[in-house]
Amino acid sequence: MTKKLKISCSKDNLKNIRDFVIRELSNEGLDDVEMNNIVLAVDEVSANLIIHSHACNPNDYFDLIIKKIKTGITFEFVDHGVGFDIQNYETPSISEIVKMKKKGGVGLILVRKIMDDIKFQNDGNKCVCRLFKKID
Amino acid sequence: MVSIDSTKEDLNLVIKVTGDVDASSSIFLDNALEEAIGNNERRIMVDCKELDYISSAGLGVFMSYIQEFENNDTQMVLYGMNAKVKNTFEILGLDQLLKITQNKEEAIELLK
Repeated sequence: MTKKLKISCSKDNLKNIRDFVIRELSNEGLDDVEMNNIVLAVDEVSANLIIHSHACNPNDYFDLIIKKIKTGITFEFVDHGVGFDIQNYETPSISEIVKMKKKGGVGLILVRKIMDDIKFQNDGNKCVCRLFKKID
Repeated sequence: MVSIDSTKEDLNLVIKVTGDVDASSSIFLDNALEEAIGNNERRIMVDCKELDYISSAGLGVFMSYIQEFENNDTQMVLYGMNAKVKNTFEILGLDQLLKITQNKEEAIELLK
């Protein structure tokens, strides 16, 4: 099964993205916490793309593609802009963030802790960030 | 969408957070905490009973005040989280850095 959502790069669309993920995974037998974690990871990558790669420009778009495969679920973020190289992004430690009184920086730590695999590809025409979550 | 409602109860300021705190709405939570600091509130209780969802943007708001609250002797307790929200704090170990209780009574007790 493959489902696609085209998203305009406005932070106001984050709720729509979360609702889309919940709707598509509603039959997977996930409990509330498991579902929330997956939704959270997708929300974090989406927010990074919208804010950092597209400066919240609602005229820019990216696609979120959910694919159910035998071993789990993949979430692909397909972007024709600069993309966001999540794979090689260095995250600061929690104690550094607290010390610096930063309000951001923990989103990708969450994604790495929740997802089982994270890949980033840029072939010149499009950037694809792919998250994979095993489902038992 | 989030709704933030601040109420004074005796010496405590109760900030009730309702709805979703994400990258589009975390600014409202930040404003409420900033206002509390501006008003020299020293005992802050965050009512999370109606908090449905929190992303890193919301966690980041709470984290950004940890140092400041330590420096100016301000206490903050979060209470009433549902399992999903509590788990989000736990993934990063923030339940060890922030004071979190199950209910309001325990939060009041902790502030005494």
